[in-house]
Amino acid sequence: MAEKRFNNTLPLLGMICRQERLQLPLWLAGLAGFTLIVAISFTNLYTNERELQEIAQSMINPAVTALVGPGYGIDNYTYGAMMAHQMLGMTALITGIMNILLITRHTRANEEDGRLEMIRSLPTGRLSNIGAAMLTAVIINLLLAVVIGFGLYTLQIESMEWEGSLLYGAALGAIGLFFAAVTGLLAQLSESARGVTGFSIGILLLAYAVRAIGDVSNETLSWLSPFGWVLGTEAYVNNYWWPIAVTLGTAVIVTVFAFYLNAIRDLEAGFVPSKPGRKHASFLLHHPFGLAFRLQRTGIIAWGAAMLMFGAMYGSVLGETESFFEEIDMLQEFIQPEAGYSITEQFLTMLMAVMAMASTIPGVMAMMRLKAEEKKERSENLLSLAVSRNKLMGSYALLALLHGFIMLSLAGLGMGLAGNAVMEESLSVWGFYEAAVVYLPAMWIMIGMALFFIGLSPAFAGVTWAYLLYSFIVVYLGGLFQFPDWVTNLTPFGHIPQLPVEDFKLAAAAGLTGIAIILAAAGFISYNRRDIEG
Amino acid sequence: MTVLQTKQLTKKFGSFTALDGVDIQVNQGEVYGFIGPNGAGKSTTIRILLGMMKATQGEAEIFGKDAWRKAVDIHRDIAYVPGDLNLWPNLTGGEVIDLFGKLRGNMNQEKREKLLRRFDLDPEKKCRTYSKGNRQKVALVSAFATDADLYILDEPTSGLDPLMECIFQESVLEAKQEGKSILLSSHILSEVEQLCDRVGIIRDGKMIETGTLQELRHLTRTSIYLETKQPVPALAEQGGVHNLEIKEDGVSFQIDTEYMDSLFQYVSGFGIVKLESAPPTLEDLFMRHYEGTSEGGPS
Repeated sequence: MAEKRFNNTLPLLGMICRQERLQLPLWLAGLAGFTLIVAISFTNLYTNERELQEIAQSMINPAVTALVGPGYGIDNYTYGAMMAHQMLGMTALITGIMNILLITRHTRANEEDGRLEMIRSLPTGRLSNIGAAMLTAVIINLLLAVVIGFGLYTLQIESMEWEGSLLYGAALGAIGLFFAAVTGLLAQLSESARGVTGFSIGILLLAYAVRAIGDVSNETLSWLSPFGWVLGTEAYVNNYWWPIAVTLGTAVIVTVFAFYLNAIRDLEAGFVPSKPGRKHASFLLHHPFGLAFRLQRTGIIAWGAAMLMFGAMYGSVLGETESFFEEIDMLQEFIQPEAGYSITEQFLTMLMAVMAMASTIPGVMAMMRLKAEEKKERSENLLSLAVSRNKLMGSYALLALLHGFIMLSLAGLGMGLAGNAVMEESLSVWGFYEAAVVYLPAMWIMIGMALFFIGLSPAFAGVTWAYLLYSFIVVYLGGLFQFPDWVTNLTPFGHIPQLPVEDFKLAAAAGLTGIAIILAAAGFISYNRRDIEG
Repeated sequence: MTVLQTKQLTKKFGSFTALDGVDIQVNQGEVYGFIGPNGAGKSTTIRILLGMMKATQGEAEIFGKDAWRKAVDIHRDIAYVPGDLNLWPNLTGGEVIDLFGKLRGNMNQEKREKLLRRFDLDPEKKCRTYSKGNRQKVALVSAFATDADLYILDEPTSGLDPLMECIFQESVLEAKQEGKSILLSSHILSEVEQLCDRVGIIRDGKMIETGTLQELRHLTRTSIYLETKQPVPALAEQGGVHNLEIKEDGVSFQIDTEYMDSLFQYVSGFGIVKLESAPPTLEDLFMRHYEGTSEGGPS
């Protein structure tokens, strides 16, 4: 090519690999390890066909369908069919996130930080950088497909034959590449890395929601979503390969378009231009709390809209749950209804736990922003003014508490309004709301923990995320894996009374709140004592 | 021979005109000083020259090749140092220097070691631990360790201490002695004065002055300190005299170059005791051009 648009792509690829030498192998090991462990655990949990059929019946309800996708081969629910039903959708979602973060890091983030300017001043082509980033995505997704595909086959589990296993792996690789391509495109449009990540994850969640709504109501809608495509492979049951081709084909088209936009635009410019801001600080910006809020305003609005939709989505399927349960006699035996409460209401408690944990994410993120500000050496700008460390940390803590509370409220209200409208014998909207806000003490512990680690040393703050992930696995998948009690007791979300089925327990709420306060206090004390890092 | 040339270079961002017909010419073996206030268009010009931005109109050529279309070929023989360099936090300085060298394909290992010692840079540290000055050193070592024909330096000494700044100047002069060409955009006028053969001043996207320092000085005023036996009565009324100040024993003022002759004929009648004259510094030039439009003083 005359302009040598891809000159020196390979050395850049080498450098990305060098930078990613820890991160990507960890992602790969995590995704593959989790997949294989779940596959093995299925064979231990369900030892005969009858058990498999029972779990199959319990799985065909709108809530599960919305969450993980439609089940295929329910009549003959083999281990393979179970894997593809319960695991593929969620794993695809996480694979998508991995690719979004990877591509943003090496495209717009690189550009925004000015590193790309230096690279472009060397004899590298206009498209070498994005080319190298996309090649990295190809490599990691191919590896993921091969490792998971062969890994599943090597387990030699009955019904998990080689074609289905490879297809399962390929589905993950394909959706990964799809979101890598989408992120590559958005990196041309938005001028900031935050914008790229935000929009990409927005598209990811939207695609998942479209599939969820489509699977519950109208199948055609699901085919508009890439998640609908990869689940449409029906791995281990019908083994359709063509959806893989569709996904990869779309990814290639999107990538080519991204490359084209990249080639014609100026460095550090985006096709969605940023508009000029205010001349003066608004009234809100006269306090560290105002600053903390202002910095996260867009995120708060986006999360709020997402949580409201998330809640409404779950709420809207509750009405159909009822009819599902009525149709299937066997299922009513399988789940013993608590006296006085419908099965739907019991399902509702599980959904509430999931939403409470989802609402905890923005709350903890708001707190973690303090860590990011410190790392970027911006905290010192404030601390060098007449702002005490307590005031700074307190501002972020207050914002985190408010943020989490608002998100949980929105999720609860969304679910309540939608659920109330579609259910026959319904809980009041207030009943839904109560069932949601009862989770506040558990959320406070998570925020308190973030506070504690930020106070101790920002390096450990990531532990909070690991703990939240642990809580999610234990609470959400607990029923599936039959974890021992102590495993469930280790998460604050396991101690929350499940309204409306259980009664409110003051002691549990007070205990959890107490722990949260102690964590927070320890965080404040050590934050005042340690060095501010740069 | 012309190494770098722009002709009527224009760049618009929407309705905003960042560059408006900029002409620059850098010849071989020459150090060209590119000065102007913040936001005047220096970095935009450089980015167009580096093929990172596309000019709206006009030409930008390096080594006679189009800066946008032949960017890769051009970049094999140039070295660029930006004013603010971000590096990959988890790579070491040494790794980054080698990467740049490998991509350019003409790094001189001997020079690399020599420059690391000269600039006193520890290549084993991760980039996240470097201060701004040290990050700048990474770029400088990488640039001067390269056998490039043209160096494009965009405020290269920001964050360096005075000692390092001297070493930077040495490195520039060495490169010049080897016949290399240098485009130096800078705010540090003493640096430009010491290093540059020719200077171009840009303001609001337009080149307002170009020439050798000598030529530019003719356009401006000379500072004079004068002591006479008898007081000079009508000094302030003489043409071309500015900023007159009465000192303890004498007077100090500035004089427009074209009035020099008539003024000295006038004052010689009062018995000159002491006369000190200082050539206009680049700073005077700079200030005058920057304030130019608002002040509206005589030229």
